[in-house]
Amino acid sequence: MASKLTTSNRTGWLFALPAVGLIALFIIVPFFLAFGFSLTNQRLISPNPTEYVGFENYESLLGLAVITLEPERDDGGNILRDEEGQPEYPRVRTITRSDDYPQYRGMREWFRWQSGDNARVVIAGDVIFMKALVNTLTFVFVVAPVQGGLALCLALLINQKLRGINVFRTVFFMPVVVSIVVVSLLWRFIYDGNDGLLNNILQGLTFGLFEPVDWLGNTDTALGSIIAMSIWQAVGFHMVIWLSGLQTISPTLYEAAEIEGASKWQAFRYVTWPGLRNTAVLVLIVITMQSFAVFAQVDVMTNGGPLDSTQTLVFQAVERGYGKQDISGGSTISVILFLVVLAISLLQRYLTREKA
Amino acid sequence: MADVSLKQVRKSYGNVEVIKGVDIEIEDGEFVVFVGPSGCGKSTLLRMIAGLEDITSGTLEIGGRVVNDVQPKDRGIAMVFQTYAIFPHMSVRENVAFGLTIAGASKEEKDRKALEAARILQMEHLLDRRPSQLSGGQRQRVAIGRAIVRDPEVFLFDEPLSNLDAALRMDMRMEIGKLHKHLSATMVYVTHDQVEAMTLADKIVVLRDGIVQQIGAPMDLYHNPANLFVAGFIGSPAMNFMDVEVLDQSADGVTVKAPALDPVKLPGVGEAFTANSKAKLGIRPQYLSVAPDTHAGALHGKVALVERLGTETVVNVELTRGGRIVAALAEDRPLELGTDIALGFDPGQAHLFNETNT
Repeated sequence: MASKLTTSNRTGWLFALPAVGLIALFIIVPFFLAFGFSLTNQRLISPNPTEYVGFENYESLLGLAVITLEPERDDGGNILRDEEGQPEYPRVRTITRSDDYPQYRGMREWFRWQSGDNARVVIAGDVIFMKALVNTLTFVFVVAPVQGGLALCLALLINQKLRGINVFRTVFFMPVVVSIVVVSLLWRFIYDGNDGLLNNILQGLTFGLFEPVDWLGNTDTALGSIIAMSIWQAVGFHMVIWLSGLQTISPTLYEAAEIEGASKWQAFRYVTWPGLRNTAVLVLIVITMQSFAVFAQVDVMTNGGPLDSTQTLVFQAVERGYGKQDISGGSTISVILFLVVLAISLLQRYLTREKA
Repeated sequence: MADVSLKQVRKSYGNVEVIKGVDIEIEDGEFVVFVGPSGCGKSTLLRMIAGLEDITSGTLEIGGRVVNDVQPKDRGIAMVFQTYAIFPHMSVRENVAFGLTIAGASKEEKDRKALEAARILQMEHLLDRRPSQLSGGQRQRVAIGRAIVRDPEVFLFDEPLSNLDAALRMDMRMEIGKLHKHLSATMVYVTHDQVEAMTLADKIVVLRDGIVQQIGAPMDLYHNPANLFVAGFIGSPAMNFMDVEVLDQSADGVTVKAPALDPVKLPGVGEAFTANSKAKLGIRPQYLSVAPDTHAGALHGKVALVERLGTETVVNVELTRGGRIVAALAEDRPLELGTDIALGFDPGQAHLFNETNT
């Protein structure tokens, strides 16, 4: 029987009110505030009044230019070389601090490459932001396919009627239940350079030939280490989503394929994979979104270091907004992140659309 | 083309035996229908022939070859499923040619064979559509097309029409009948619908609880049911049964009587009955007719329910001397509920079953 309680619209809204209120307060309002703050010079605590600054924050974050440095020459026109025979170039600051180039003022060198005798230098208005952007994109483009693929493999493995299969399902899913902060702390011990588990195992497997690596303290391995640990942590979640997708595929289709003579691989190719199409889109989008938001691992394990090699966009947004009290800077990064994620999601939607 | 032979075939799931020693001989080119109520094992039996279920014991031969341990694809069979089992992401053409794709056939061969199958099923215009754009009947056509392309020795149908609406079911039934004549392949067909069984089959196998009850031509089963179960299962509305007492047994018939029935002599009934024993009298509703009140052996009662179908009228009669009986009268008759009615029957068309012979 439908009582007045379940049919009354007002009651419904009343029940929804706490959730709607909290979502509005902590998600919807801040979302719009971020847009507003990114156009000002708002600080967390400041005696000065907030001013509207237009797109200045965006310009200083996204400012990017390539300058060409010609090697220094002596009076005879010969290139001056240092002790190792490398040409010598004027310092970048001669340009970025010169009144002749007001457009480059305040920018710093990001990276450079050699072009003939000249050096081409990419200078950025905010080098740390650029590194964070590149790191985040690297993280996403590695984690999305690897985590998605691995999760699918696990789902295929555990989608069988075997004794004790639930034990495996539980084991694979367990890291998802544990807080990412706890997992990060544990993995800091595993990655430890002196007496970490990983180094010990690798040394054991190679009979001591392996040179211990400070996985999180090395610019070459820090980001990779965080990526590996992140993939491991959330793979179980996506495994469950794949599993639910697998179980929507009618067993009769497999029987039909078997009668037609399909091998295991052909059954996957012609029955399983097409049947997982919608699941694949979901998994890909969810992993992409989660990956763009990578924060806790970095915060706990490396703090963005060493030498900014593990900076990420969300970490930078928090670091600026609260660490440096630069609310407008943090907001600007958030807005840029939002636009990047939006663009990539739309692209994914387009690429994976139903082709009629 | 091939014959199919099942010898003492059994199937168990753990301790539960679902197929309890089945012997069936299916000749080359024959259309055989397995019928029975839900859970009688008819689908399991079909899936065992297909190779989708293991055979616990006994032998299965197709074309003289024991195929107990042969892969489904190597048994020379094709199967059509109740839920069609066509691949939703493939066009009709791709679906029909799926087996050829798996076997790595050339595009020309696939197109040629798909078109050939489509022509047989009159669905050339559907070849480029997706399954989602097809009706149920069309989908089942695609599934049959896929079976035809395999050029199998034996076609297996697992309740292929159960998901279709009544009108379509009749069309498709005729299609399958035509297809059998056209291809003259061996066909094994599972259904719980006795109309499908009666109209399509050369031979019907009636199953119950994993045991074969009777094998025979449709009319053979209708006129000479081997036991009470077959008698009750074949024919619609179901046969009426009445507990009777055998009064006398002689060379020219058996005389029986019941509370609701005055003594009547049934000619041509076997010698398996002895005087003063109990038996069950079976009368098909179609063989009951409205009789004059004075008719000897008439059943008297009141009309309890009337179903007017136009071509016939099904009357449920509450007998004055206890019991109920259903009659299917051969024309439309407006009968009032509660009116007195007397029903007569031709003793030559009645069946008599032993109490033990269930």
